[in-house]
Amino acid sequence: MELLDNLALGFSVAFTLENLTYALLGCILGTLVGVLPGLGPVPTIAMLLPITYVLPPVAGLIMLAGIYYGTQYGGSTTAILVNLPGETSAVVTVLDGHQMARNGRAGAALALAAIGSFFAGTVATMLIAAFAPPLAEVAFKFGPAEYFSLMVLGLVGAVVLASGSLPKAICMILLGLLLGMVGTDVNSGVARYDFGIPELQDGIDFAIVAMGVFGFAEILSNLEQKENRVDITDKVGQLYPNRQEMREAAPAIVRGTALGSALGILPGGGSVLSAFASYTLEKKLSKNPERFGKGHPAGLAGPESANNAGAQTSFIPLLTLGIPGNAVMALMVGAMTIHNIQPGPQVMSSHPELFWGLIASMWIGNLMLVVLNLPLIGVWIKLLKVPYRILFPAILVFCTIGVYSLNYNTFDIFTTAIFGIIGYIWAKLKCEGAPLLLGLVLGPMMEENFRRALLLSRGDYTTFVTRPLSATLLGLTVILVILVALPSIRKKREETFVEED
Amino acid sequence: MHIRNKQDFWAGLMFIALGLGFALGATQYQMGTAARMGPGYFPFWLGICLALLALVVTLSSLSRKTEETEVGRFDFKILAIVIGTVILFGLLLRPLGLYASLFILVVGSSMASHEFNWKVSVANGIFLVVFCWLAFIKGLGLIFPLWPSFLGMN
Repeated sequence: MELLDNLALGFSVAFTLENLTYALLGCILGTLVGVLPGLGPVPTIAMLLPITYVLPPVAGLIMLAGIYYGTQYGGSTTAILVNLPGETSAVVTVLDGHQMARNGRAGAALALAAIGSFFAGTVATMLIAAFAPPLAEVAFKFGPAEYFSLMVLGLVGAVVLASGSLPKAICMILLGLLLGMVGTDVNSGVARYDFGIPELQDGIDFAIVAMGVFGFAEILSNLEQKENRVDITDKVGQLYPNRQEMREAAPAIVRGTALGSALGILPGGGSVLSAFASYTLEKKLSKNPERFGKGHPAGLAGPESANNAGAQTSFIPLLTLGIPGNAVMALMVGAMTIHNIQPGPQVMSSHPELFWGLIASMWIGNLMLVVLNLPLIGVWIKLLKVPYRILFPAILVFCTIGVYSLNYNTFDIFTTAIFGIIGYIWAKLKCEGAPLLLGLVLGPMMEENFRRALLLSRGDYTTFVTRPLSATLLGLTVILVILVALPSIRKKREETFVEED
Repeated sequence: MHIRNKQDFWAGLMFIALGLGFALGATQYQMGTAARMGPGYFPFWLGICLALLALVVTLSSLSRKTEETEVGRFDFKILAIVIGTVILFGLLLRPLGLYASLFILVVGSSMASHEFNWKVSVANGIFLVVFCWLAFIKGLGLIFPLWPSFLGMN
């Protein structure tokens, strides 16, 4: 069994003291960030990226992955106890999770969320281990034309499956791609859009954009809202769900896991969409849908499992094709390139210890989170009571220090500040930052493949549609866009995301 | 003319300007041909695509069927304080060193909160300076100018 050998290799890497420590550190940091409302995984990972420069690549990636799924767990804790989503994918958890807490079942709700997430994490980890190698085989057949088309599909898919206005999101992608053009062109050595500023010749670091647009702009928006209604449920109660709750939640966990795993693989699917879809499904299937929104265990356990499964399987396109499906994965691409690892199908063969170590550590991380979250719930509750006026200067400090330590350059701090202002304007105009970040990361790669494809075809644009694989990928993109533009589907799409506002 | 969807209208105009700006910038670089692209080729067409799509966004925001949206008020005071102190931190880092400029960043930015309180923010500033010293300087060994440069202690 090759799979078992691979997993054994993975566990032998993940079980070293060093990697276990970094996984734990990542999980703790992730939970911390997830618990605190108003600080998402994107700015946190961007903030901590420079720190991972000093770590070996495996340890660095393990820690970043730990932060990512740690935020999923932490976010649900806040959602259940405070009626505030700690981060976006926990929006759905608020609906039934907080109601359960109101009914005095906070402990049970937390336990169900943790059990569901752990189950989903375990299944999703196995799925990654099983499906990544065959997918990577397919990826080896890709030429530049196929890669270009795949990136088009990935980028469009990422916004089609997300909420918000589609044309505006595509505009943000294009703008991100353009920002990715800033800096020295690898083919000709010409510095583009540098305005004569030497610091811009290396391009705009995506960590700077992420911290400005997600970190600073978020702080500004939060500070505006003077009414911070906080309604913390202190009484956690018994940590064990009773038998009826278990019986109602168990099928939802399984269905949520399946749904989340499938949607997570799709570009842009990730955790948010999975959670929404699972909630809708559970409500449809339930014999008494009127109990949803009033503390139905299935309405909590389903989406919780789905968002965790989705979060995990969104690693599949990254690890096999080198294409990030969401903003967090875009940051992971950055983290890999920093360590001189070109993300893509070759990672598995050239760095097997990294690939399988990361996968094994995901499972270990999920286990750690269950152990970490349930008994330590009291600590997280205390943390929730830290007022925002103390919290946001701390976030600013970590962002600025993180930015400075990218290149030990104050110019980067100023750039981040400018992106903070831009991000604030975008927030007012309801332009999302995630598509921009994806475009920014993929921009140079996309141009490179576009150029190469046309070089090979001697300038013939039909190469993108005459090569069968490339044509299929572009065809899928067109179908996706048409589907979303159809009035009936557009209405459904709006309904699915309606609870987000 | 009544602008119904103000958010999309202004976003569209912004994207048109940015798209045309990038396309115009690209004309300064060699365009080349499709087979042998110069550095200007890809960004030029990308900029044009952005401007065209943005035109669609702008025009459809004027359509009678579109939903009505308003652009929320900008809170310039908060914006100025938060972004201002970050820029100030960048400016002061070299002359004043990390500890002093970090403290100024914390206390200064705290003023943006509507529940600002001198005692709390000073305490928070001291705490964060100590925390950063422990975590970043001692723990991770990041290299910063620590003390004001005129003291000559760095």
